[in-house]
Amino acid sequence: MKPRIGFGERVFDGSNTVLMLALVVVTLYPFLYVLFASFSDPADLLQHRGLLLAPTGFSLESYKLVFDNPMISIGYLNTILYVIVGTALNLTLTSFAAYALSRKGVRFVGPIMFAIVFTMFFSGGLIPTYLNMKQLGLLDTRWAMILPSAISTWNLLVMRTSFASIPAALEESARIDGANDFRILLRIFIPVSLPIMAVMTLFYGVGHWNAYMDALIYLRDRNLYPLQLVLQEILITNSTDSMMSSVADVDKGLLQETIKYATIIVATVPVLLLYPFLQRYFVKGVMLGSIKE
Amino acid sequence: MNILRGWSRHKYIYLMLLPVIVYYVVFLYLPMYGLQIAFKDFSPAKGVWGSPWVGFDHFVSFYDSYYFWRLIRNTVLISFYELIFGFPAPILLALLLNEIRVRIFRNVVQSITYLPHFISIVVVSGMMIDFLSSDGMINQLTGLLGLPSVSFLISPEWFRTIYVSSGIWQGVGWGSIIFLAAISGIDPSLYEAAKSDGAGRFRQIWHITLPGILPTIMIMLILRFGTLMAGGSMEKILLLYNSTTYETADVISTFVYRRGLLQMDYGFSAAIGLFNNVMNFLLLVAANRFSRKINNTSLW
Repeated sequence: MKPRIGFGERVFDGSNTVLMLALVVVTLYPFLYVLFASFSDPADLLQHRGLLLAPTGFSLESYKLVFDNPMISIGYLNTILYVIVGTALNLTLTSFAAYALSRKGVRFVGPIMFAIVFTMFFSGGLIPTYLNMKQLGLLDTRWAMILPSAISTWNLLVMRTSFASIPAALEESARIDGANDFRILLRIFIPVSLPIMAVMTLFYGVGHWNAYMDALIYLRDRNLYPLQLVLQEILITNSTDSMMSSVADVDKGLLQETIKYATIIVATVPVLLLYPFLQRYFVKGVMLGSIKE
Repeated sequence: MNILRGWSRHKYIYLMLLPVIVYYVVFLYLPMYGLQIAFKDFSPAKGVWGSPWVGFDHFVSFYDSYYFWRLIRNTVLISFYELIFGFPAPILLALLLNEIRVRIFRNVVQSITYLPHFISIVVVSGMMIDFLSSDGMINQLTGLLGLPSVSFLISPEWFRTIYVSSGIWQGVGWGSIIFLAAISGIDPSLYEAAKSDGAGRFRQIWHITLPGILPTIMIMLILRFGTLMAGGSMEKILLLYNSTTYETADVISTFVYRRGLLQMDYGFSAAIGLFNNVMNFLLLVAANRFSRKINNTSLW
């Protein structure tokens, strides 16, 4: 049965559609502008006014300079390392904690949970945290990008809720077969919670890819810089000169703009390419988090 | 020997907990121990324990300083504008998304609006700075319309608008997910009943959808109230502000960053950070108590 669609309904649907299309344009256009500008001829781009609907002229010069820049490759490699090692540690510790704290009959679970949740509401703050890292001798080491963020308490709570809902019978039968807790976690809990493990991998992974603050605070040695800190130098503090040592002075001003655009594209492409495939997992993750407060 | 048996039965579990406890102690509780430097004349040579106590001196000199009220004002205002503009935006988007009839169109709009959430704050800020520069895309566009060029990035009066609107651009889609989830939990028969009573779409939204997601809205609102003294994201402000916009852009956390890490005035800036943390903590507790009293929804 098709409901009657009155005039008011049609106006509502029409304006809603227009509004949503406008939102899509506003969301996507900045990326498109950057993409078009990055392939534009620097001189043409300087002349151009207003929106871009396609590259003006065509040039790969800025991409060439970006790829030739050693800092971009250093940043890329460091970030990949931090993502892989960091996420592996995140998943190990978070699943340990979630498993241990969701088992029955374990002593001190209550106080431990309280101490863990308390850190969501109160922390030492920037300066004591920095001094602590200094005291530990972790400043200017790769560990500074991995250890301080080893567990996200929020993710821990989500995973614990999920582990708590796994039937005890599964665990008991494995225990009768002589499996210890490490085996039960690895062979039973993780396989039956693959969706949530996927979500956690993605949340942690994206977190490491985008991590910027810890690098800004803890790292001075440029060889340890992650991509985001390199990006900050190029995009925010405008230091593109180092990339253009081979470029004549007159062209530097021209290239400065397009280099920025090419840098944004190079740094964002992995996320943009993976996004369509991973998107449904992300959404699932938010839902999981919202099931239980 | 019940106790011993309990320990040995769970020995692997305690083994798993060990690195977790070490992590929380070393990286989260040790800094809390270090907070005592807020009450000390801290010098790195003497260390946290060896530095002499100064009581509330740092707090008093912060209160007496020229910056105090400016920092409080900026911190509260940026959170406040985020609250009044940034909080309703995802709710509105969820309501509108829910009204889209064509499923594919709805999925596409959702996927696209979630996207900016995954773009790093450095890239988002970099794009804002580029588009808003005196010769950037925005000024080119307004220039074509014959309007004068505006130096957005060095004008204090524009900072909050830039901060809040770019935050909405980046977060509105992602923020709508939780409200969409709440909407999907509403009993569809309510809509059928409303329709047969002749209620239009606006009335359905007003009388069914909105009341249906009110508990979720309340919970999210409490969380927001708890962050009223947080003053936005330090990361993003550090990227977007500059010394010409401190007047509106400098919040407590960014001030702590400059005083503490750039000028190495550790004790003083730790005290300001502690002051801010305590305020945040009290606000969250108060908001939670308030919510429990008025409608029985609370975080804990």
